[in-house]
Amino acid sequence: MTETVPRTLPPTSARTVTDATATASARTAHSPRRSLTSRGSVTLIGGAILPVLILAAWQLTTALGVFTIAQLPSPAMVWQAGLDLFASGLLGQYAAISTQRVLIGFAVGAALGIALGALVGLSRTADIMFAPTLGAIRAVPSLAWVPLLILWLKIGEESKLTLIAIGAFFPVYTTVSAALRHVDRQLVEAGRAFGLRGVRLFASVQLPAVIPAVISGLRLALAQAWLFLVAAELIASSMGLGFLLIDSQNNGRIDRILLAIILLAILGKLTDAAVGLFERWANRKWA
Amino acid sequence: MPHLAEPHGTSADPASGRGGAARTTTTTGNSAFTVEFEAIGRTFAPTATRGPTASPPVLRDVSLTVRPGEVLAILGTSGCGKSTLLRIAGGLDSPTTGQVSIDGSPVAGIDPRCAVGFQEPRLLPWRTVTENVALGLPRGTPRAAGRARVAELIELVGLSTFAGHRPQAISGGMAQRASLARALARNPGVLLLDEPFGALDALTRLKMQDLLLDVHAQAPTTVLLVTHDVDEALQLADRIILLGRPDNDTRDGATIVQELTVPGARPRDRGSAELAELRGRLLAGLGIDRHGEARGLAATSTIPAFPY
Ligand SMILES: Nc1ncnc2c1ncn2[C@@H]1O[C@H](COP(=O)(O)OP(=O)(O)O)[C@@H](O)[C@H]1O
Ligand SMILES: [Mg+2]
Repeated sequence: MTETVPRTLPPTSARTVTDATATASARTAHSPRRSLTSRGSVTLIGGAILPVLILAAWQLTTALGVFTIAQLPSPAMVWQAGLDLFASGLLGQYAAISTQRVLIGFAVGAALGIALGALVGLSRTADIMFAPTLGAIRAVPSLAWVPLLILWLKIGEESKLTLIAIGAFFPVYTTVSAALRHVDRQLVEAGRAFGLRGVRLFASVQLPAVIPAVISGLRLALAQAWLFLVAAELIASSMGLGFLLIDSQNNGRIDRILLAIILLAILGKLTDAAVGLFERWANRKWA
Repeated sequence: MPHLAEPHGTSADPASGRGGAARTTTTTGNSAFTVEFEAIGRTFAPTATRGPTASPPVLRDVSLTVRPGEVLAILGTSGCGKSTLLRIAGGLDSPTTGQVSIDGSPVAGIDPRCAVGFQEPRLLPWRTVTENVALGLPRGTPRAAGRARVAELIELVGLSTFAGHRPQAISGGMAQRASLARALARNPGVLLLDEPFGALDALTRLKMQDLLLDVHAQAPTTVLLVTHDVDEALQLADRIILLGRPDNDTRDGATIVQELTVPGARPRDRGSAELAELRGRLLAGLGIDRHGEARGLAATSTIPAFPY
């Protein structure tokens, strides 16, 4: 029989295959009817079921008096706490400053992660020189930096931004360098054979090949950025959602603690959804 | 083992499968180059798994001159070093001993005078067929001319309806044809093809062989064609070399054990008696019993001889 040459797929094989066939079939005139689970409204409603159930259970337990108000305030009380804080202007300020810290720290960390990840992933020399050191720094539990950062940078914005940037850096650095190291060599060689070199080779072969990995690294980094934000704000701050948490703990305001947690969930999900949109756009373009 | 026993001598009329499209091919004539192999030897560094012992050479003493515009088929069993020799010719690999020159100047590193059709399609998964073929265009091709050339080549390899598809959405055989089109787009002085028709079904393979001949007739470049299909070699090549280990030779490494010039102008009658004789010799060189002589049957018989 004919020798079927194994077709080389990029590292992201399974996903990109389904994506590509999906877009391909969508382009042909008679695309099959979309399944129920692929409709936007269905996913929206489906995703809302659990939060609504949780809210209902919360309302029910507090209404029945299963917990004391000091243990678990009712949803209405949390809502009221939110309205009060909003009226005083603090809520908007806290949410804004926290989001700003996450975005700046994430941007700096991710940019450095992409740059160093590209360097280490593409250059064998850089790999030998930098990879062990960066690996060791990565092994340091992130909170261990806090005392040092506070002493060096004082309790200002810089210390928090630096901590968040450290948190965002490593997921991006790790995924980018690993993905570049595992770019299909045969594809790179084919690019070279057709005259591509240096920047053009990078832009035509290596970069598109690692885009899916870069984006999943960015998503991880964003989640890490929120994590590190709260850590930084819990320890040393006078503003922000982390400060709201620690301040409310000291005052015994469980309603505000719950409010801060819910806000963190919503903000984290929103920023993640933004990266998700970018991911879909990039996958359509490259994968 | 693939198709060593194609039912040759049947109705395979070379003229019937030929597309008229090839005749419209624009020949922006690149000149064809001489390729000269001088005592090529290649030993790969021992891999960690094999331990510290030096690994045996894959190739040794391959000396050969390919004339400009000649089609040379390189035959050999799987793993004998055909791809390695081709890669050395294109500067993708360098020989341990000896050297290759193209048009009199030695090959050092990837050579811009060559275009390679790899054994695997190696298409960029995020590019459409059209964009992949366009990668083969020589740098500095004017946009409009490049677009026309790419469309023409895609038409030629029969992929027009799939021009906008990504590689994952087409079959392995189609991907290999796209890869062939990409190599042709380069309009190279030396065309290096590594089993370009290996993943194609029997009929498409015959069509693509004829297509290659058409393209070659239009723009007579030097072609080095690796294949393990004896019939393909006989149909396409001016000359065939057989790589392998000579009998009574205990040394490792493949070298040229047979070299023969194929008689007759192309396209050749796929069933001619003369070719049948050569086919028998080549199959014997590949270690395949031809099963014909003993019973006094001509090798042109339509009875397939299964070499398995
Ligand atoms: N990069 C490499 N490193 C080590 N060994 C190799 C390499 N490339 C090829 N080989 C070895 O060289 C031999 C010939 O390979 P190849 O030229 O691909 O054979 P063919 O194309 O004739 O099937 C094989 O035994 C293979 O293992
Ligand atoms: Mg091979």
